[in-house]
Amino acid sequence: MSRSRIYFFTLLIIFFSCPASVTMASGLSSIRDTSMSLPSWDMLMRVFLLKDYNTRVVMFGTMSLGLAAGVIGTMMLLRKRALMGDALSHATLPGIGLAFIIMIQFGGSGKYLPGLLLGASVSGAIGLGCIMAIRHWTRLKEDAAMGIVLSVFFGLGIAILGIIQKMQTGQASGLQSFIYGKTAAMLAQDAKIIALVALLIVAICSLMFKELKLLCFDATFAQSQGWPIFFLDAIIMALIIIVTVIGLQAVGLILMIALLVIPPAAARFWTEKLLPMILIAAGIGAASGFAGAAFSALLPRLPAGAIIVVVASVIFALSLLFGTARGVVHRLIDHTKLSRKVAQQNLLRALFERSEGSRSLSEQNLSANASAASTSFKRLLLARSWSPRKLRRTIRHAISRQLVRARQYNHFSLTSNGLAEARRVVRNHRLWELYLINHADIAPSHVDRGADELEHILGPSMVDELLELLAVKHPELAMPPSPHVINSRSAAARAERHRSKTGSAKRT
Amino acid sequence: MDWTTLDTWIVITGVLSAMSCALIGNFLVLRKMSMMGDAISHAVLPGLAVAFLISGSRGSITMFVGAAIAGLLTALFTQWIHKFGKVEESAAMGVTFTALFAIGLILIVRGADSIDLDPGCVLYGAIELVPLDMVTFLGFTCPQAVWILGCVLLINILFTLLLYKELRLTCFDPALATTLGINANVMHYVTMTLVAITTVASFESVGSILVIAMLIVPAAAAHLLTNRYGLMLALSMIFAATSAALGHISAITVPTWFGFADTSTAGMIAVVAGLLFSLVMLFAPHQGILSKIWHQLRLSLRIASEDILGKLYRLEEATSDQPTYTQAVAIPANKWINRLARMDLSRTRKITREQNAYRLTEQGRNVARQLVRSHRLWESYVAKHFDLNVDHLHDSAERTEHYITQTMQQEMIEELRHVQTDPHGKKIPNQQSDEANSNKKGRKA
Repeated sequence: MSRSRIYFFTLLIIFFSCPASVTMASGLSSIRDTSMSLPSWDMLMRVFLLKDYNTRVVMFGTMSLGLAAGVIGTMMLLRKRALMGDALSHATLPGIGLAFIIMIQFGGSGKYLPGLLLGASVSGAIGLGCIMAIRHWTRLKEDAAMGIVLSVFFGLGIAILGIIQKMQTGQASGLQSFIYGKTAAMLAQDAKIIALVALLIVAICSLMFKELKLLCFDATFAQSQGWPIFFLDAIIMALIIIVTVIGLQAVGLILMIALLVIPPAAARFWTEKLLPMILIAAGIGAASGFAGAAFSALLPRLPAGAIIVVVASVIFALSLLFGTARGVVHRLIDHTKLSRKVAQQNLLRALFERSEGSRSLSEQNLSANASAASTSFKRLLLARSWSPRKLRRTIRHAISRQLVRARQYNHFSLTSNGLAEARRVVRNHRLWELYLINHADIAPSHVDRGADELEHILGPSMVDELLELLAVKHPELAMPPSPHVINSRSAAARAERHRSKTGSAKRT
Repeated sequence: MDWTTLDTWIVITGVLSAMSCALIGNFLVLRKMSMMGDAISHAVLPGLAVAFLISGSRGSITMFVGAAIAGLLTALFTQWIHKFGKVEESAAMGVTFTALFAIGLILIVRGADSIDLDPGCVLYGAIELVPLDMVTFLGFTCPQAVWILGCVLLINILFTLLLYKELRLTCFDPALATTLGINANVMHYVTMTLVAITTVASFESVGSILVIAMLIVPAAAAHLLTNRYGLMLALSMIFAATSAALGHISAITVPTWFGFADTSTAGMIAVVAGLLFSLVMLFAPHQGILSKIWHQLRLSLRIASEDILGKLYRLEEATSDQPTYTQAVAIPANKWINRLARMDLSRTRKITREQNAYRLTEQGRNVARQLVRSHRLWESYVAKHFDLNVDHLHDSAERTEHYITQTMQQEMIEELRHVQTDPHGKKIPNQQSDEANSNKKGRKA
């Protein structure tokens, strides 16, 4: 508990220091006279009201790209192939280079965009084929297959670019933009292509939503139902290749991977359902695209692609912490609530069992006793292995909820509310013990622990079922007596002492 | 091609960096974390940038420290996001390294005037420029990169040798390692730090793409060649050295065949490594594709020939009047594998052909008897122990008969208390032919 808390705070600090380190670094660079002046109000208005034609184009393009990548990335993440985009985007490079050379050889301009994109798609598809072949034919796992294809294809791409650079007709500088992207220089035509592809992806995903959903969550089941798994996977891969290829020019190779991975991973923290997850991922993708474009328009010399990714990562960090479905804080709160409830019920049971042990077991006596008899802190402390601090805290909570009353100095007893709750818990505990003894053939001395874990989560319907099951053998089900010696450290110690005494007596 | 001292230095640099990467890469491949190499080699960028911004120099030590910290952070962040966020590990890796890379890119671009770092240089390196930076140390004049890479290789080799058995254990069974008192987590982070250091030492000269290639490809190729850990380490280093040397040579020569100028050595080293890998993937003795196909072919050939023999034997059994002659029609000749099997059987003299009929030789009959015996024993066994209809027994036996050994036959016959007939009422043939048996008895009598 405390350890995980320490981890958590470290995480918190580190995540907030990430953006801080950026600002710190910019502070450092301002010493070197590359100051980052804050944009004026005019500038802000110009950017956010989309008055600039150029900004408008870039924003449109990056937002569509983020949206498309978010949608298809979700599928990829759920198919457990998050890094496939990484491998495929690296694998497109030789195709781009070869297409350039071929177009030059046939007297073209070499930078004809559809030609380059075609080359990229073809070589991406070949890379995908290689990954599948390596995985199918050798004992290497998918990670090694992706690593091999990624590095070898990219190496080939670099070698081809090296050749191009030394060609007479050179001007290969444009090809570099496929690696780093040139977001700010996006043309209206590029933005239109991106938007079209985004539309295509959204259309295909919504048409095949049911099939893809099945594939993402239970591929084996889908296969047994007769769905063509391979074909569906191929569609996802094809869409990934397409979105990667169009994204290469906009944000560059590595940052394209980020757009495919980060928004879906962030969306996962907010929901457990596929459709909301896709929508959230698309939203995060689009929002980072917007913010990235805005920042790079406002501030000089910030690479828009990188800013998009940083914005997405900040959103990811926030989602990781505060997501409503799987966020760290959310889960921590749930966990704390549960452990508090468990501690509470343990306290009630301990109080009940102590007072039960001291007097006779008859029904009226019991309820009278439990509310009247008080138990000392010391005895409670011995009831289970809890620290004094934890016990004191638990008692304080119980008193504030009026389940437990403080008697004289350091003595506590149950209130009538507390007694009712304690009876319920003890009953659950013992019912489960009886169930284990009767139906799971476990020795009475071994059932306490299992019941200790389960008593807190037995629902009313379970209790009813247990009652039905056990009613024949055990007539005293209203409050069954414990099937074993009430286990406490003092009892165990006493038994131990007793045993050693008798043992030594025998020996003498 | 004119070879100069420069080329020699380039090859030496390439070989050193490739070998140090390949050695560490084995652990990545064996622990199924190959993409971690990719992640770390991208994610060192911000470490380098910050180290530069703080120290203001490109001195090696600060760079190393910065990169090692960045590499370690990548591993840590990945682990944390995976653990606390319950994100799948590869996705966590993807998030971490792209975010770090983006931050690094921003840092570099923001400080571009002051930072003498080019992201391009980080990605593809400039191995061609290595020999220009010579230093003299202890009387030897070497390029600086050779010194650095030599040290890193030495560190990696020492690390591997000193922690030989611990590393082996954590690679193959981290849980067992932990129970034996070896902290698998510490080993993990130490390995990751070494990956980061190796990456940094290499990227300056050969670029991060080559680093990824050398981390993964030679180790993967070695993994396909052997099952032994020590041999795998050695083989991967040999592969790495070979591809580095061949890579540089082909970078100079290959493009000239097509009338182009020479190209990037780093890129070509990766390509050569890829080619070597595909050769291994095709021709490896046990794991190779060809050998797998060959074994599969051998198996189907054996099954096909045994099926033919079994069929002939059963025909003989049914037409006991003219025992040795059967019609060729009985053997399905339409499939190529059957034709091949028939040729093989004739070659090994298990069947003979007379006009249109095939006949079992004595040798062939012995094999066939074993097969039919296995078949019928299996049927009896399944009939006894599984609640199956009699008409369901044949298919299972038809598949299993080819894999039943003598000892299994013996066990089954004992289990079945020496039954004489199978569930269909057919006689289970004896180990030897009846004549041989009677001969033996006769001799005994």
